[in-house]
Amino acid sequence: MNTRSIPDRLQSPLERKLKSWESLLLLVAIGIFVANSFASPYFLNAWNLSDATFNFTEKAMIAFAMALLIISGEIDLSVASIIALASTAMGAAAQVGIGTEGLVLIGLATGLVCGAFNGVLVTALGLPSIVVTIGTMSLFRGISFIILGDQAYRGYPSDFAFFGQGYVWWVISFEFVLFAIIAVIYGVFLHMTNFGRTVYAIGNNPTGALFSGIRVGRVKFILFLLTGLMSGIAAICLTSRLGSTRPSIATGWELEIVTMVVLGGVNILGGSGSIPGVVIAAFVMGLVTFGLGLLNVPGIVMSIVIGGLLISVIALPRLWTMWSAR
Amino acid sequence: MSPSDAPILSLEKVTKTFPGVRALSEVSIDLYPGKVTALVGENGAGKSTVVKTLTGIYQPDGGEIRVDGVPVHFPTPQSAENAGVTAIHQETVLFDELSVAENIFLGHAPKGRSGLIDTHAMHQGAKEILDGLGAKIDPRAILKDLGTANKHLVAISRALSVDARVVIMDEPTAALSHAEIEELYELVDGLKAQGKAILFISHKFDEIFRIADNYTVFRDGQMVGDGAIADVTEAELVKMMVGRDVSQIFPERDRNLGAEVLNVTGYDHPTEFADIGFTLKRGEILGFYGLVGAGRSEFMQALFGTTKPSAGSVRVDGAEATIRSPADAVSHGIVYVPEDRGKQGAIVDLPIFQNVTLPSLKQTSRKGFLKMAEEFKLAREYTERLDLRAASLDTHVGSLSGGNQQKVVIAKWLATEPKVIILDEPTKGIDIGSKAAVHEFMAELAAQGLAVIMVSSEIPEIVGMSDRVIIMREGRIAAELSREDICPEVLVSHAAGITEATA
Repeated sequence: MNTRSIPDRLQSPLERKLKSWESLLLLVAIGIFVANSFASPYFLNAWNLSDATFNFTEKAMIAFAMALLIISGEIDLSVASIIALASTAMGAAAQVGIGTEGLVLIGLATGLVCGAFNGVLVTALGLPSIVVTIGTMSLFRGISFIILGDQAYRGYPSDFAFFGQGYVWWVISFEFVLFAIIAVIYGVFLHMTNFGRTVYAIGNNPTGALFSGIRVGRVKFILFLLTGLMSGIAAICLTSRLGSTRPSIATGWELEIVTMVVLGGVNILGGSGSIPGVVIAAFVMGLVTFGLGLLNVPGIVMSIVIGGLLISVIALPRLWTMWSAR
Repeated sequence: MSPSDAPILSLEKVTKTFPGVRALSEVSIDLYPGKVTALVGENGAGKSTVVKTLTGIYQPDGGEIRVDGVPVHFPTPQSAENAGVTAIHQETVLFDELSVAENIFLGHAPKGRSGLIDTHAMHQGAKEILDGLGAKIDPRAILKDLGTANKHLVAISRALSVDARVVIMDEPTAALSHAEIEELYELVDGLKAQGKAILFISHKFDEIFRIADNYTVFRDGQMVGDGAIADVTEAELVKMMVGRDVSQIFPERDRNLGAEVLNVTGYDHPTEFADIGFTLKRGEILGFYGLVGAGRSEFMQALFGTTKPSAGSVRVDGAEATIRSPADAVSHGIVYVPEDRGKQGAIVDLPIFQNVTLPSLKQTSRKGFLKMAEEFKLAREYTERLDLRAASLDTHVGSLSGGNQQKVVIAKWLATEPKVIILDEPTKGIDIGSKAAVHEFMAELAAQGLAVIMVSSEIPEIVGMSDRVIIMREGRIAAELSREDICPEVLVSHAAGITEATA
């Protein structure tokens, strides 16, 4: 019997990248950028563009962790409420004179505790994450409302403002640098590590992954923990940027974050997606809102545009295959 | 009119093929009014395929189905039902969230003048059928609140709610208690008296001899015998079921048994199995035989850590091993190739190489970072040893044939260099050529010193491959046979619980 050799790949990795969702999305992003620069004379201004990044940096930080969670077949809808709770905890601490380092630690810890709470409910009790996190979405924000009512916390230490308002160099904000670093970390984590591989395996077939000796529960718990942690980081940035905390802070962000993840090509049913895709999707959403803002389009219309964008980019590939199959 | 003049329903030279498998090959069966015909055969002999052909789920590729001598086609289950054929299936499809009465009458509920379902008549009808079975079930109860046996009674009631002339029962007693089985016998007698024709499929010989009038024996999709039950003995039936020369198609091998590698004692589970204990040596192939539902797969999954046993201990190479998850089992060198390849074995939407390296990522990576070149190298090494047929190593496993998917799953485990490999129905649903390759490879693994546990319902495979066989029945070890004592008749007798079998 002759030993036949099976080739590693039929398609080169470069060819595969060129034909990917991410390439298409990048074209969309460039198209929007060009359209914006023609539509408004104020668009191509370094400071304006820098301001525009604040539209997505905080959400995108959470979106990276959310992408991993959705790829694994779970979801966390409580992220915006974790921001509210973490921000409230930091606000309360600031009132009793705790310094910036302490506030940061409290923000991160609140995020981790909330993520762990979600993770335990989903992995130890085997509850569906969509139900659990709809519940904790009300629970976490509810606690903020009880503590704050219609009041607001102000009076954060002056150096706390750096996280949301500081600039590292010229127009490059601290938030944008943080966003870029986190993007690289998550990209490496998902695409270049054993852990990332197991996330894909679990999302494709949780039973098969379990039967392959993967500790499925542990992996999912870590992903909930990470999502909580990222919500804590986003809470620090957002609170610092606004300089105040109300219980309604970041309302509705969970859906914008999920939109960003799905727009980035992550399968909402789990199993596939990439961090570069989410990065591009973050820019697309940021550019669209900023561009429409410059044209004085009201917020309601913006959400219609974002919704239409999401549906069309999801429907387009499906329509394309239907047409090409004929 | 006299009951057994002409058959109500006949199969005439019916053939059904699936890709790579000929499930039925020119089989003929006649079902007479007022008679019970028993259909017997090993697992996989084609019994369920016959049921599905008669009820319009499968369409035959050749031959004829005749009702009252007139050729008919059953393109849908509905058309079979309209022709008066109803079936109690082995795996019944019921609806957990509907009431008992709704389940029984789904699709043919009695309707009032308005065209809406007449709930009262439906509950009344359901109650009559259930009472006829001696089942104390409230027609208004929601199905999911019932136990397994009661669900099965609902399934039987559903089949009886159709005014049928032919009733097919595919292992109807599998989930029933002794008393309920008696009720079922009486019901069958009642149906006979009404002149209905009954096809009765069972593994249990006492049942067959209790209620059947005629028998038909299947082996490998072919009819190998039929006649009146009064003219046949249990031993003759068993011989017809398994009788064939099996020695030459399996690989010859030297048997060099090494040191004991696995020792299982007192494995218990609340419902699935009890008191399982055995030892296994290096280089040994240990067969596990039994009927479907004897608890073999359930035990193997407990040994692999996916279900939790209530008691029992495992020693690997003499050292106590605590297995709480598949990850634990793999780290102790115990791996499991499941029967359900698509769901449990492979991750079909991931490429071949990623499937193979999934449990071995620690070896192919450095400090947790993937090294693709190492992954391809490992995947190539093991898939080529198994003679995998694939376009490339980055094609998705789902695009491969059943036999090649099985090779990917086996390659995945061999790459972990295990001590014990459990193969659960390793050749089920794969073509003849791949079967031989899997057998060949199993023999090679054993020769290299790996200990193999092979769960199989196929008698030739058990006889041809095993050094030793453990036979399970109703969750317990019924018998253990060493190589020289393994023969088909003894296997079947122990598995079915026949005591006075003659070989």
